[in-house]
Amino acid sequence: MSELQARPLPVPNADTAPFWDGCARGELVLQSCRQCGTAQFPPRSLCARCHAPAPAWRRASGRGRIASFTRVHRPPSAAFKAGLPYVIALVDLDEGPRIMLALRGKAAEAPRIGDRVKVGFDPPAGPHGIALPHALTEGP
Amino acid sequence: MLKDWRAAITGAADTAVGELPGSSCMGLHAEAALLALADAGLRPGQIDGVLCAYSLTEPHPMLASVFCEYLGIRPSYSAAIQAGGATGCVMAMQAQALVEAGLCRHVLVVAADNRLTGMTRDRAVAALADFGHPQFERPYGVTIPALYALVAQAYMHEYGATREHLAAMAVAARTHALRHPKAQMRRPIAIADVLASRPIAEPLCLLDCCLISDGGAALVVSARDAARDAPKPPAALLGSGQKNTHEHIIAAPSLTAFGCRESAAQAFGRAGVRPADIDVAEVYDSFTITLLVELESIGFFEKGEAGPAALAGALDLGGRLPCNTHGGLLSYAHSGAAGGLFHLVEAVRQLRGEAEARQVRGAELAFVHGDGGILSAHCSLVLGRG
Ligand SMILES: [Zn+2]
Repeated sequence: MSELQARPLPVPNADTAPFWDGCARGELVLQSCRQCGTAQFPPRSLCARCHAPAPAWRRASGRGRIASFTRVHRPPSAAFKAGLPYVIALVDLDEGPRIMLALRGKAAEAPRIGDRVKVGFDPPAGPHGIALPHALTEGP
Repeated sequence: MLKDWRAAITGAADTAVGELPGSSCMGLHAEAALLALADAGLRPGQIDGVLCAYSLTEPHPMLASVFCEYLGIRPSYSAAIQAGGATGCVMAMQAQALVEAGLCRHVLVVAADNRLTGMTRDRAVAALADFGHPQFERPYGVTIPALYALVAQAYMHEYGATREHLAAMAVAARTHALRHPKAQMRRPIAIADVLASRPIAEPLCLLDCCLISDGGAALVVSARDAARDAPKPPAALLGSGQKNTHEHIIAAPSLTAFGCRESAAQAFGRAGVRPADIDVAEVYDSFTITLLVELESIGFFEKGEAGPAALAGALDLGGRLPCNTHGGLLSYAHSGAAGGLFHLVEAVRQLRGEAEARQVRGAELAFVHGDGGILSAHCSLVLGRG
């Protein structure tokens, strides 16, 4: 049952390594198309809008708005039991793409769709040093 | 007058459903297949095409070959199809295409799984969480209910749907299930029971979620000339359609508008009918929100109307749109890809007038819809009494 005990941390690949490297530095980075300028997430080897190759990586503002959220009471595995209940949100970043984040602190108390949030990072964990991003209430 | 049709369901059957100790995944496949063949008046050797799906308890990259070996048949065409909850409808659409193209005369469509007794509940929940994106969703502890809860929260915010509106879907399903002698859930429920059930992922509670079941189901899809000898009236495949817009919820174009609108529009267009013409609907109901969104997106109800209408009985026998008359995934059974086939089996029984206490009187046109992923992959079918 070991796979039910371990948290499923990301294993970076050629498409996603720059994203996770950015998180480990405390920076949220997004891909931006060199041809049409579209910012996209999740990362890919090409632009999913115009199919130009090799989008550029740019530092993002790390700020956005809650598009939806749910407070989870039944976890997928024992690895998540300690944090119950926890809040997962879809956040529309100011650059356009939508990302999934855990809501932390005050942001998780009584979230509402449309609330402004900013991205923070968990301490690096696991063999790949993954610093998962999370969302906090946007300060002044 | 039915539009000219070239493919029809001539056999439809399901096994017992619920908790089936001593069952195996392939054993349920074979049982469902033989029942459907008998229903169609065919011997196994007369099947020239086989479509299978997937299994959580006995996964294999070539499930159609595994099944044909198990049953001892050697069809000239076989393939396995994986489209999550849309698989049942996608298999039927593919079978329709095979017979319409003249590649097969009788295609056996079969799916089964024993995910209630064949694996622990914890393992089933964990396996289903694999639907989440491995790097950008699963690390946050998503489950399928949590992913649908994100849709529910957004939909309630945008269209004013309430938890009572969601609960009305569950109560309608249970009301139907009580009339089905094989249904897994046999106890009546009220709106208050749904609201008071254990929270799973807000706003969804336990009774907003589908069942986990053992069971299997199968269809035989036959070419028109080959359907002439069938012992029972064929259910003609009048129109079908699909639309896939995303896989992961982070990449969904919208949290409140989904591909079911386009897939249903295609199916209605090809059948030459409108939503208002449908006598009975069997619509994928993995969660209460799934059914609510689909009923409104497909055009059976205006946005914001399905909940209040369901509270007033619109989905029950005698209502505006009798829906999921077997009890659906919420109250009949859900055993993987067979879950979507249960909807199709029920549609055939309704069109044949075999649905006994749950029969929709004079049902001539049925609509069936499957949704896979997080409202990602959609397939719609219009069936008519042949
Ligand atoms: Zn581009």
